[in-house]
Amino acid sequence: MIDIVFLAKLILPLFILVILFSALITRTDAYSAFVSGGKEGLQMAAELLPFLVGMMAAISVLRSSGLLLWITNLLSPLFLTFHIPAELFPLFLTRPISGTAALSITADLTHTYGTEHIISRMAAVIQGSTDTTLYILTVYFGAVGIKKMGRALAVGLLADLTGMILAVVITLWYFQNVWS
Amino acid sequence: MVNLIWIFMLISGILFSFFNGTVDEVNKGLLQSAGQSVELVIGFVAVFTLWLGMMEIAKRAGLLQLVTKLGYPFIRRLFPDLPKNHPAAGYIMTNLSANFFGLGNAATPFGVKAMKELQSMNKNAELASRSMVTFLCMNTAAVTFFPATIVSMRLSEGAADPLDIVIPAFIATVLSCSAAILYDRISWKIVSGGSRD
Repeated sequence: MIDIVFLAKLILPLFILVILFSALITRTDAYSAFVSGGKEGLQMAAELLPFLVGMMAAISVLRSSGLLLWITNLLSPLFLTFHIPAELFPLFLTRPISGTAALSITADLTHTYGTEHIISRMAAVIQGSTDTTLYILTVYFGAVGIKKMGRALAVGLLADLTGMILAVVITLWYFQNVWS
Repeated sequence: MVNLIWIFMLISGILFSFFNGTVDEVNKGLLQSAGQSVELVIGFVAVFTLWLGMMEIAKRAGLLQLVTKLGYPFIRRLFPDLPKNHPAAGYIMTNLSANFFGLGNAATPFGVKAMKELQSMNKNAELASRSMVTFLCMNTAAVTFFPATIVSMRLSEGAADPLDIVIPAFIATVLSCSAAILYDRISWKIVSGGSRD
């Protein structure tokens, strides 16, 4: 089973090999192409700074003030009415906003309940199947200077919620019926 | 809308800290988060330079055009606004493939390139175009074949089989990406007044 881990590591070098072999076959000057393509990297990354600082500051204030935790505690009873373990609520709330915070919640749940517990597995599946919507929108829209995101934020967050609920249901089904 | 959300996040957090006695934490958090952003950008400089360089080789060798051509039937259905053989299609394909294989940080520069190409044909430079919204919805719910971070976290927590969550996570990611595409379509129909594309 560890073979998959090994194969996953091979993807990156294989990708580079494909590019370099195709350059050899077509007699492309790979080195000068690399240098001129890479020139853009510095500027592209630097342009993201104000967008990132703005968004990360807002998220940090929300977290460090304790407001996020307060909202979590306030709303978590709602979860039980939907038969979703209340322990997962902080993860639901944090996952679209902050990737590192969500990972630390998942690590914490895994540590508390053990790796084979259904809550740990649900958290892992949620973590592995969704992405940090706010961060992605900040980076990609920031890169081209779009200030009006249109429907993107609402659609992204709604898809996150759907994805996370599906993750809980699928995990339950998978570990009860398929996994032995 | 983002403007209001952003203002609201900061104001509510700062006001809450006055009552919660967490002013110190907020002060510290603000500076820390700015520092983290700078670290993130430095990381980006390295990753962007490496992958944009590699991508330029792929472009000059004709590999990117090949990917664009192969992905055309797929791209055409998802991005009806995109002209045939538009360079954005190739970057969208590589971005989604990098996400699929769990190469999150290689996916970012390709995605940014795709956004730049989409922006070049955008009528209103401040407002997200239809294709941009579709692309980002697919990105926030990107199909991931192998969630490397979470597997290594479970491995370090001592899981007997850290890979047990790979299959359910894959099923969940396929379904959530489908949901994102569906929501994008529905909301576009509503916004555009129900006219067919």
